[in-house]
Amino acid sequence: MSSEMVSEYTVVHEKAKSFYESYDRKEELPHQTHFCPGCGHGIVHKMLAQAIDELGIQDKTILVGPIGCSVFTYYYFDVGNVSAAHGRAPAVATAMKRSRPESIVIGYQGDGDLSAIGSAEILHAANRGEHITVIFVNNGIYSMTGGQAAPTTLLGQKSTTTPGGRSAATEGYPLHVSELLATLQAPVYIERVGLGDNKQIAQAKRAIKRAVENQVRGLGFSLVEVLSPCPTIWKMPPVEAQHWVNDVMEKTFPLAVLCDRTKEAVPRPLAAAGPALEDIPHLLGVHEEGLPEGNSAAIKRPAEDLDLRVRVAGFGGQGVLLLGEVLAEAGLDAGLEVSWLPSYGPEIRSGTSNCHVRLAGRPIDSPLVVEPNVLLAMNEPSLRKFYASVHPDGWILYNGETIPEECNRKDVHVLACQFSQVADELGDPRVANMVMLGALLEIAAVLPEASIDAALLRLVKNQRWVQLDERALARGRELYKEAEVSHACRG
Amino acid sequence: MRRQLMKGNEAIVKSAILAGCRAFYGYPITPASEITESAAECMPKTGGVFLQAESEVAAINMLYGAASAGVRAMTASSGPGISLMQEGMSYLAGAQLPCVIADITRGGPGLGNIAAEQGDYHQVVKGGGHGNYRTLVLAPDSVQEMADLTALAFELADRYRNPVVVLADGFIGQMMEPVEFPQKATEPRQPDWAVLGTAETRGNLVTSLHLDLNESESHNLALEAKYRLAEQLETRAEEWQTEGAEIVLVGYGIIGRILKAVTAEARAMGLNVGLLRPITLYPFPTAHLQCLTNTARVFVVVEMSNGQMLEDVRLALNGSIPVEFFSRVGGIVPSTEEILNFVRIQAQRYLPAVVPEEERMVNV
Amino acid sequence: MMDEAKRDRGLLRIDTDECKGCGLCVEACPPKVIRLSDRLNHSGYRTAIYAGKGCSGCGICFMACPEPGAITVMRLTNRKSDVSTGLEGATQCAGN
Ligand SMILES: Cc1ncc(C[n+]2csc(CCOP(=O)(O)OP(=O)(O)O)c2C)c(N)n1
Ligand code: SF4
Ligand code: SF4
Ligand code: SF4
Ligand SMILES: [Mg+2]
Repeated sequence: MSSEMVSEYTVVHEKAKSFYESYDRKEELPHQTHFCPGCGHGIVHKMLAQAIDELGIQDKTILVGPIGCSVFTYYYFDVGNVSAAHGRAPAVATAMKRSRPESIVIGYQGDGDLSAIGSAEILHAANRGEHITVIFVNNGIYSMTGGQAAPTTLLGQKSTTTPGGRSAATEGYPLHVSELLATLQAPVYIERVGLGDNKQIAQAKRAIKRAVENQVRGLGFSLVEVLSPCPTIWKMPPVEAQHWVNDVMEKTFPLAVLCDRTKEAVPRPLAAAGPALEDIPHLLGVHEEGLPEGNSAAIKRPAEDLDLRVRVAGFGGQGVLLLGEVLAEAGLDAGLEVSWLPSYGPEIRSGTSNCHVRLAGRPIDSPLVVEPNVLLAMNEPSLRKFYASVHPDGWILYNGETIPEECNRKDVHVLACQFSQVADELGDPRVANMVMLGALLEIAAVLPEASIDAALLRLVKNQRWVQLDERALARGRELYKEAEVSHACRG
Repeated sequence: MRRQLMKGNEAIVKSAILAGCRAFYGYPITPASEITESAAECMPKTGGVFLQAESEVAAINMLYGAASAGVRAMTASSGPGISLMQEGMSYLAGAQLPCVIADITRGGPGLGNIAAEQGDYHQVVKGGGHGNYRTLVLAPDSVQEMADLTALAFELADRYRNPVVVLADGFIGQMMEPVEFPQKATEPRQPDWAVLGTAETRGNLVTSLHLDLNESESHNLALEAKYRLAEQLETRAEEWQTEGAEIVLVGYGIIGRILKAVTAEARAMGLNVGLLRPITLYPFPTAHLQCLTNTARVFVVVEMSNGQMLEDVRLALNGSIPVEFFSRVGGIVPSTEEILNFVRIQAQRYLPAVVPEEERMVNV
Repeated sequence: MMDEAKRDRGLLRIDTDECKGCGLCVEACPPKVIRLSDRLNHSGYRTAIYAGKGCSGCGICFMACPEPGAITVMRLTNRKSDVSTGLEGATQCAGN
């Protein structure tokens, strides 16, 4: 063998390495694509495959395919492949990139896929600046389904659903998605290119590579829209279709770099690794070591047949839910079974609020308190709403001077008192809930004070409020005892 | 073991993360929003991804992406949002991707209201999406089960490579009860079928497209085989005082809790009542129900929906025993009292033995 | 070996199995050295044919072609070598 200088032919353009050698996922004709002769998708596929080759990212690439004529991206690209539902590739790609930030995630979409059914997904992925690359193949029509109109169909262009040609009056104007997306702040690179002639093709190839390279460099969201011929649906020979891109389509969709922030964009650093596995229960606040021991030993009476069913009701802002929560927390601290169920939803907005609390010695069946043995009515509407539900021999604690005549019941105990006023005298009318809770605790006579303190500390973060709440609880206890002695408040 | 007081909606998230879930995509909706909020707080600090999606459609497709990338992922919503996720669920099932979806139901149809209802049974248990697929459905009745069944949901999702729904209602999501969690977090696994963007997984493909009809049929049959296996292995139900029960109450979720109170009161009245609470709604605990026909004279199904689970109970019993139905709809919770009345009426119809002495003598 | 001076800068290889006869390469080629065959191949396409000379190796036809591997373009390079890459195969295929 000689080793002198010789002139030889060496391959300079050949099938990209990131294409499969043979398309074995395809049922038949594994040596050629499924595209029609002259289809722009094939050209775009080649450009993308070449970009992947040139950037050396075949092993890192995840290609999210669309629904449309290019649904079979996985037949051809020898990369990780995922096929998305119609229009959802940006959502799928978002999650893949976020969970696998080291990978290169490329979404491939048609114009129906991206600009119609998937318009929300692409808009928001772009607006969040997802670090993905989107290849947007605009052939102005729904090709796969046989040529129905797309948002990108040109004015006057005939389709099977605009048989007389698209009219602005009825179908609106061609949607300029790339221009729309370029108004957003997050995308780093958006360009519209075409496959209309050699020059355009060369530029399209550069743009696609750039859009992928931006992701390799960690810069952010990039999208390339490619005006692409569909000879079959357009009913034109391939060469004519190519010229039509140039001569007609481009008039509506001018080729341009619509946004380029690659210079300013700061590469995103890879996220730090997550915490060690053994730290997770602590981080979630569910590790036993972080939980209080409780004061079950201090419980005041045998709990077996304890069954405290409390309904708390009042205006929003009166601390109805907190009252219930303190009670439930304290019950748990004392080793009881507890449940707390809030009213939620529109009624909160209209200003009233209520919750169900159960404390019991045995497992609690229904957490709903339909027939409370204690009703804490923090205002009159609540009293009117719930007084009749109180179990005979139960208690009504009412935040008011006296029970209105119509709400009087002979078979229940009543402690009616201006709890809000008492609270105001203590320093803040908002601790009326704790004054009432104090009275309730005295009536129920089961929870150790240590449990109440523990519950308050857990739920009330502000030290000043804890102190105020404690005074309020004490005052509530007194109120009940005074009432016990004098019977003054009893109904 | 020390327990802590927690909302059901929060317990779901903590349990999910402990089970190795590292991605949450959601969209706010009452009464499920706390799940999304809690995930927003917990996911990032435990090394996971949280994102509020632009819609439930996007959220479920993000789950599709995360699951494709081999990550344990979850979302949460309620009626209207679950309706929007149905397309995605069909794709997830078709592509055999595991994930967990929490449905904290509210009133319907349409905008309905936000009160707790059980009207999502059909769309979740029967599969509201297209094609021959099922979702496995777990129905917790307490905050503890919200935690436990969420962890189980991730296991089942992986085992069957299928979406699993945790179907709870507004009450169970919103209420607080004591709960305890496993003290060790599960290592996030990395399945070999996932697409990770690595050399080893380059040949992997996630798709639900099967153009070849024979291949498509085999795929459908393979899915079906998984569901049959789940029916054999995964059915769960709680039996409560069912031994010798002549009247068997059947209800899930919050209704199961109410029916426990009904059972206690009915028994106090001398009625021989028991409760079967399905925990898996799909696969449905058919065999559990059938076992109870030895003693049962009547089954009483109670729902906060218009007879959706009722159909499954009837299918399970196949006409062997009468099935009666009681429900409140529109977000109203049936009270213990009204259910008890209904049960008493059924007792009079089906259990002549409990008719008071005097009446029986008249009859003779 | 051919006379070095007469050899074209480029050489084209067309896989007529893969080619779908769309003619985009014919349109794209600046020196117009590609044409479509008069006869149909077994898939019914008039596939592209290289004229056999005149290729500059510019690669324009390659990028214009929608099929991944229908076209391979080679270029004449001077290098020190003891293997002659592609040449034999290329000349064989060039007339396809
Ligand atoms: C939810 C849903 N609706 C409709 C369809 C049917 N469908 C398949 S492809 C397609 C249009 C694709 O058009 P485009 O995105 O422009 O791709 P092209 O085929 O033109 O490349 C439609 C409507 C579907 N698969 N899924
Ligand atoms: S119908 Fe159009 S877009 Fe679809 S493969 Fe054929 S040429 Fe391409
Ligand atoms: S462009 Fe490609 S497919 Fe079309 S005729 Fe030329 S070689 Fe054949
Ligand atoms: S490489 Fe250039 S000159 Fe050669 S056939 Fe192709 S387009 Fe023509
Ligand atoms: Mg299209």
